[in-house]
Amino acid sequence: MRILRPSDILPSEITPRALFEDRRRFLLGAGATLAAGAAMWAGLPSEARAAAAKLGPLARSPFSSDEPQTPYKAVTTYNNYYEFGTDKEDPAANAGKLTVRPWTVRVEGLAGKARTFDIDDLLKLAPLEERIYRLRCVEAWSMVIPWVGFPLSALLRQVDPQGSAKYVEFVTHYDPKIMLRRPVLDWPYTEGLRIDEAMHPLTLLTLGLYGEVLPNQNGAPVRVVVPWKYGFKSAKSIVAIRLVDKEPRTAWNKSAPSEYGFYSNVNPNVDHPRWSQATERRIGEFRKRPTLMFNGYAEQVANLYQGMDLRKSF
Amino acid sequence: MTKTPSAARLAAIKALLFALCLVPFALYTQRWFDDALGANPIEAITRGSGDWTLRFLLITLAVTPLRKLTGLNWLLRLRRMLGLFAFFYASLHFTTYFWLDQFFDLQSIAHDIMKRPFITVGFSAFVLLIPLAVTSNNYAIRRLGGRRWQSLHRAVYAIGILAIVHYWWLVKADILEPMIYGLILAALLGMRGWWREQERRRQIAASMPRPMPGGKVIPLVAKSPR
Ligand code: HEM
Repeated sequence: MRILRPSDILPSEITPRALFEDRRRFLLGAGATLAAGAAMWAGLPSEARAAAAKLGPLARSPFSSDEPQTPYKAVTTYNNYYEFGTDKEDPAANAGKLTVRPWTVRVEGLAGKARTFDIDDLLKLAPLEERIYRLRCVEAWSMVIPWVGFPLSALLRQVDPQGSAKYVEFVTHYDPKIMLRRPVLDWPYTEGLRIDEAMHPLTLLTLGLYGEVLPNQNGAPVRVVVPWKYGFKSAKSIVAIRLVDKEPRTAWNKSAPSEYGFYSNVNPNVDHPRWSQATERRIGEFRKRPTLMFNGYAEQVANLYQGMDLRKSF
Repeated sequence: MTKTPSAARLAAIKALLFALCLVPFALYTQRWFDDALGANPIEAITRGSGDWTLRFLLITLAVTPLRKLTGLNWLLRLRRMLGLFAFFYASLHFTTYFWLDQFFDLQSIAHDIMKRPFITVGFSAFVLLIPLAVTSNNYAIRRLGGRRWQSLHRAVYAIGILAIVHYWWLVKADILEPMIYGLILAALLGMRGWWREQERRRQIAASMPRPMPGGKVIPLVAKSPR
């Protein structure tokens, strides 16, 4: 169970009644579980959850999917966050070591007004929205997750990108004291987008999920979510966003260039040597389902790739 | 120490080993029904059965070296059961794949076997295991004759190597685990190679005519005094 220190609680989260009620529920719950004695262990996770900081108020988004959402427990215990271990359960077990306050994000490079943002300022930079997105992993599984955030474009506009900025590079946190030291990937993990992809309204600067701040294993305190690309394109625990003129190298591309292209758009017609991408298993479902072009966001993003051979630019 | 257990003792040891070999199967079955296999139970089962196939292959391959090192010849009497358990877990692994993962989609399975190198290799390993499992009985040994049976069962070395390649190719980036298993396999096969080489040398030495006794030793290189 994570105990919040006062510095962990954001001013924006002190919506007093909700918090009071959460605490009350937490205490009552704890009391009840203690009374229940043996049931204590079973009770803990949900109680701990009630104590996580709420985000709000949240605007709804027309981009949200109405598909059934993947349960919170699956979203927060089945993760690829290699810095905290390469098995799916590792991040949930190890990411508690990550300190998410204080935290700053440098937005730098080819920008007129490059500067550093404090995480608390980021939380207030634009109205927070709930975006229920499909997430498709390159390993052929998928989820539906209610993220909380705002379009990345809102942040980028703040720094005045120059015309020469053609790409955006994301640099993520790496601390060998608490993270994997073996060079499984070239740490720190970096990712990148073309500038028009980064400015696309679907691309979400993400601060929470299920109405609460991001759990560490999901990329706290701030990550990006690009729903029409395989999950690894959505960098976690971001410390710098760079506006650059050349296509940046990305962590998975460096590890296996023939397997993970720069674009990595979800594409059922282009197989990966390890996984057929034609189908996927939605977590919680038994049978596989067909994978949709651009993960079902073709209507919004297909025009970004007009005239490109997506077999070559995979 | 090197005494062979009595027939009754050996039967008891075998029964115990049999039960022990079923423990991973029992645990996974229980977790499956308790919904305790995490968010993606089909993946957990696929991986668990794959892991246990590989482990039983290595355990089976460890019997001969262990016997040589300890002198406990009766260990050989356990080898058939261990090998058949490797086949048992391989069958579960394959069944999980074509049933739970692919849901009998033969076209997709064929595509996988052709197109996904790690599946190609895993499938080859499994296919090679089948004749070994089928001939793991006294009748087959008698029918084939010891020599032919033995050369057939040497395929297990190739299966071990294919299994490691299968694992190596399926991990995305973290090759630590396949590497550990690979080193164990290399040690188990290396020991055999070493012993075979020793044996060969011994035989060559034994077949060489002994030097005639009573001859005079002529130094070929004069020792320089220092
Ligand atoms: C002797 C035969 C085989 C051995 C020793 C073996 C071993 C393994 C091992 C050790 C793993 C990895 C488990 C882990 O990640 O912890 C694995 C995974 C897997 N194997 Fe096999 N395997 C064999 C045959 C096959 C066959 C015949 C198929 C299918 C045609 C197959 C399909 C798979 C699949 C789909 C995975 C999971 C990959 C993933 O989760 O990404 N294997 N196997």
